[in-house]
Amino acid sequence: MITLDKVRQRAESDAKTYGYFLNPDAGFLNDLLEGLKKNEERYGYPACPCRVATGKLELDRDIICPCDYRDPDVAEYGTCYCALYIRKDVIEGKTPLQPIPERRPKEKQERAYSKTAQALVSEKPSETAVAIQRGPSQVKKKLWYCKQCGYVVFREDPPYICPICKAKREMFAEITLGTYASG
Amino acid sequence: MLSTCAWCKMTKQFFKDNDIEFEYVDVDLANDEDHEKIRKDIEKRGASPSFPTVIVDGKTVITGFRKDLIKEALEI
Repeated sequence: MITLDKVRQRAESDAKTYGYFLNPDAGFLNDLLEGLKKNEERYGYPACPCRVATGKLELDRDIICPCDYRDPDVAEYGTCYCALYIRKDVIEGKTPLQPIPERRPKEKQERAYSKTAQALVSEKPSETAVAIQRGPSQVKKKLWYCKQCGYVVFREDPPYICPICKAKREMFAEITLGTYASG
Repeated sequence: MLSTCAWCKMTKQFFKDNDIEFEYVDVDLANDEDHEKIRKDIEKRGASPSFPTVIVDGKTVITGFRKDLIKEALEI
């Protein structure tokens, strides 16, 4: 059984790895962690407490905490959608903490909630999963490497800090792959 | 509203603290049919169905716990 302590430890460890902080308001943080715990008990995975999950992994994958939108949201607004993960300047009071708009693409939300999509998933999970991956608003992921330690990551933007050597985001460079013809 | 969402909880508390009469639905606890109805209703009002969504006097729709906008709509 998942305990609140375990949920807290996981969030703390993830925040530390990526150079973020958890919400400083103890009551608010507790509510979010309780929400994550409740969702993990309900669905078997910690779906975002501030979004509606379907309970179908193929449709909820992008909103499993930490969600796919956390890093771009923290980069742009200083906080994730729930305000669980927060950037240093927000913790220090230099940037105000406020509700932020939903970044999850509308198509993904609609796919998750329309009945037809749900029916499709229960019949043919793989096809729907493929359709979602090919969605028009799919984030453009790239390969990035840390110039300090060589850590490589495949995502839209480089991480806020390197999870391995803690180098700043500026130390990341994009890897461009070329194809060469020979013979 | 969502029963798991901390912003939704803050919104409910805000109404209680200010003695404002309110009704709410925790969509994550509602059945699929009611969820669908609520989503359609919010969309019909021109808003995106994020949580919390606050509808003041059946007219003003506010997405997210925007205390400033809620106060303005309630004239408090």
